[in-house]
Amino acid sequence: MTPVSVTPQAVLDRSDELRRGLDGSFRDSMVTSLYQRAGELAGRSVREQGAGKWDFDQRIDRILTSRWLGLPVMLLLLGAVFWVTILGANVPSQMLANAFFAVEAAAAAWFESMGAPWWLTGLVWHGTFRGLAWVVSVMLPPMAIFFPVFTILEDLGYLPRVAFNLDWLFRKAGAHGKQALTMAMGFGCNAAGVTSTRIIDSPRERLLAILTNNFVPCNGRFPTLIMLAVIFVAAAFPPAVAAFAAAAAVMAVVLLGVCFTLGVSWALSRSVLSGEASAFTLEMPPYRRPSILRILYTSLIDRTIFVLGRAMLTAAPAGALIWILANVQAGGTTLAERSIALLEPLGTAIGLDGVILLAYVIAIPANEIVVPTMLMCYLGGAMMMDITTYEQIREVLVGQHGWTLLTAVNLMLFSLLHNPCATTILTIWKETRSARWTALGALMPLGLAFLVCFATAQAVRLLPL
Amino acid sequence: MNSEACDSCPAHVQMAKMGVDIANCDHVVALAGNPNTGKSSVFNALTGLRQHVGNWTGKTVTRAEGAFGYGGKHYKLVDLPGTYSLLSASQDEEISRNFLLFGQPDCTVVVVDATALERNLNLVLQVLEITDRAVVCVNLMDEAKRKGIKVDVRSLSRDLGVPAVSTVARTKEGLSDLVASVAGVASGVTKTSPSRVAPPAEVQEAIDGLVPLIQGMAPGLPSARWVALRLLDGDHKVREALLSGELAELADRQRQAAPLDASRIKAIAGAQ
Repeated sequence: MTPVSVTPQAVLDRSDELRRGLDGSFRDSMVTSLYQRAGELAGRSVREQGAGKWDFDQRIDRILTSRWLGLPVMLLLLGAVFWVTILGANVPSQMLANAFFAVEAAAAAWFESMGAPWWLTGLVWHGTFRGLAWVVSVMLPPMAIFFPVFTILEDLGYLPRVAFNLDWLFRKAGAHGKQALTMAMGFGCNAAGVTSTRIIDSPRERLLAILTNNFVPCNGRFPTLIMLAVIFVAAAFPPAVAAFAAAAAVMAVVLLGVCFTLGVSWALSRSVLSGEASAFTLEMPPYRRPSILRILYTSLIDRTIFVLGRAMLTAAPAGALIWILANVQAGGTTLAERSIALLEPLGTAIGLDGVILLAYVIAIPANEIVVPTMLMCYLGGAMMMDITTYEQIREVLVGQHGWTLLTAVNLMLFSLLHNPCATTILTIWKETRSARWTALGALMPLGLAFLVCFATAQAVRLLPL
Repeated sequence: MNSEACDSCPAHVQMAKMGVDIANCDHVVALAGNPNTGKSSVFNALTGLRQHVGNWTGKTVTRAEGAFGYGGKHYKLVDLPGTYSLLSASQDEEISRNFLLFGQPDCTVVVVDATALERNLNLVLQVLEITDRAVVCVNLMDEAKRKGIKVDVRSLSRDLGVPAVSTVARTKEGLSDLVASVAGVASGVTKTSPSRVAPPAEVQEAIDGLVPLIQGMAPGLPSARWVALRLLDGDHKVREALLSGELAELADRQRQAAPLDASRIKAIAGAQ
């Protein structure tokens, strides 16, 4: 409606002209006058009366962020969190599994008595429902313990101290110190970890954080690690120290993940993403008393139910898919057997087997369902309602399917390193808007996982152990 | 409620473009502040929502939204990412800055940490460069007390030219005062006259030379002075907004809105 009298270009030209007239320190002088004014205002309205409790925070910080004690205390805390989770999750997991499989048997029997066709009973109860039941019983108890404990540490204000302790390591790797924070977020969920890299200003360092976030195991992968640690590591120790041993094994895997994060960051920052690490200021917040109700709400509703809900959404169709693969025949063998036979050579070469690889293919949408998928493949379409305890799972894996310690170790390694889940890949694309970086973010970990597992398998086979 | 009036209102168009649904709300309130000042606690206390509150820097990297009612009016509250300044180009700062500039909230609450007021005031002063309609929420007063720090919010409010309220968001202390101040500023009942940092003389001259051109290009554009300052600083995002016509569009909507909403006329007049 109003005629435009001045074009945007004219405004720009004039501003550039005026800008040349100003001396280079113009921005500095603006910022300085801003700070001066802020200082003036604060000086007029703030009255300080000696230090009181402030000292207390600093005394704690002197221990938690000290050069010598900082890292050991951090490892101790992390280990304690895993130990509590492993110790507490075992029994409820079994109870849930027992309850669910009783429901499955009763419901399937009821379907049959109503004259439902066999394939309907199988698809609904032995496929879809069983997939859901496995996911809930394997994941819910560890999550319901791990998340609240982790949230307490977060609420206390411990996470920035972790970043502070790890800052020098990340700087040496050519990455941003805040990457320690985005890495910590990754323990909850890698997709959330990738989103949280927005706190990193420099695009180069942000990409490093995005590409390496996958190397810390997320909650979808913890149950796999915990189960393997319990079945294979804890079983080798007397019951009194079994839980400690399992926790130590999980922590070893986590530390390995941190090493890979640093190593890959280092390699990337000296190749495709070269540059210097930028400095940053990290505020140490005061220690705050956690509010228990909010922790419970946040960790159980926002996190546990959210992650579990997502797992269930993918587990239901995956369960149905496995049932179909295991029951539809082509040329005398089932589709499952065919795909497993196809993947077997590759699986064996890297110290795993065809079933595990098939489980990883089916579990691309969500890592949470790897173990359930694997077990359903091993157990076949048959009713296996008595497989509920860890000892029975061990019996099936070692006794019937030839698992060795190598299989367990390599599965832990593969689980730690392999490609991110579909949600995380999608998030990487959303954050980078680049097909190239997204492809690198998905394929680089996968390649690394194959390489590391292959090397381990070959080494173990060559060495006379 | 009055969805027809809302649809035609320019704020609605712009908010809808920015992904904020403002159906059935009378005022849009933005929540800004440094990281770890309890911004999310304020958000939760006002809206009754339970967005996750983390005790570490940079937890909120995206915008969260909620709503509350006061004095028969509906308010939409938009929680912006916590930032130390609005000058650099990191993504979280840009989200905040764009929202303040293009979203034109009816009131911006800047949450500051009472225990580190000086550093926090830097952001307050930068926000006041963009908008007149602000309330400063001096939060974490309990921690300040613990450390023996006293903040005189009255003197602060007088110096800044906008209302300042002391709060302890976790225990909801002072929140009713905060809401009352927000309502006053958003409705235009409370007149604000923000304190602005006087730039060095030669910069002021350059600004004076540029502002008329900007106003000639986009008459009615609020914060023309801020745009001029950013252009002189060579801010490429603001250059882009200028070239793409986004700034002119914003000014257009402001002009068309003027007859509909008396309080906006005042706001524009105040900016010029």
